[in-house]
Amino acid sequence: MASVSPEYALLLAGVLFCLGLVGVIVRRNLLFILLCVEIMLNAAGLAFVVAGARWGQPDGQVMFIFLLTMAAAEVAVGLALLILHFNRRKTLNADLMGGG
Amino acid sequence: MNTVFALSALVAVAATVLVITRRNAVHALLYLVVSLLAVAVIMFLLGAAFVAALEVIIYAGAIMVLFVFVIMLIGHESIAMNPRAWIGPSVLSGVLLIELAWVLARGQLGGAPATEVGPKQVGIALFGPYLLGAEMAAFLLLAGLVGAFHLGRRRN
Repeated sequence: MASVSPEYALLLAGVLFCLGLVGVIVRRNLLFILLCVEIMLNAAGLAFVVAGARWGQPDGQVMFIFLLTMAAAEVAVGLALLILHFNRRKTLNADLMGGG
Repeated sequence: MNTVFALSALVAVAATVLVITRRNAVHALLYLVVSLLAVAVIMFLLGAAFVAALEVIIYAGAIMVLFVFVIMLIGHESIAMNPRAWIGPSVLSGVLLIELAWVLARGQLGGAPATEVGPKQVGIALFGPYLLGAEMAAFLLLAGLVGAFHLGRRRN
């Protein structure tokens, strides 16, 4: 099997990251914003793995493991905050956040 | 260009576009799982088999389950799935399954890319030069645990 060219894989990571960014900007549901942050983190991790594979070094995969840890912690705290916010306001709309 | 890579990339992008355009959060989660599986295939093609397995287990397994739990907890929207909602994710994962069957049938699993970096090398790097980073990741997980517990505590 021919090996994957790093350029195309990096392009894919960039496309996925931009899709996640568009989602964060466009969507107003807090749950979807967290989902899109996950997409962006995953795309960044893919870029790490591509770079690690390009030079045949394990560093890229190590960074991906750190990123995975960070994503797990971020999701745990983010979703706890989301539940707290929903219990107080009964809404998940990001535009209705803030204020009293 | 590699056919399996192109197909997986298409599936990943299509699934991600569908994630950010769905109205229903459960449907979006289904598509996100498919997208993560496609990205795991690409990582496997890149010779990072260990990380591909982690992607499936932790991202598509654990983190997505957290999202499902939260959707059930807040009960904000209907989680009853009509059968039509399964079509899209099924077709996309079917493409991934066909890829898997194709690669297995061609018997080129052993012909992995020359630059394959196995779990052993990753482990040696993680607990060698990156030991401090691994300990900080443990701290971060503990902080996430304490933070989530504190925020989720029932206040009287």
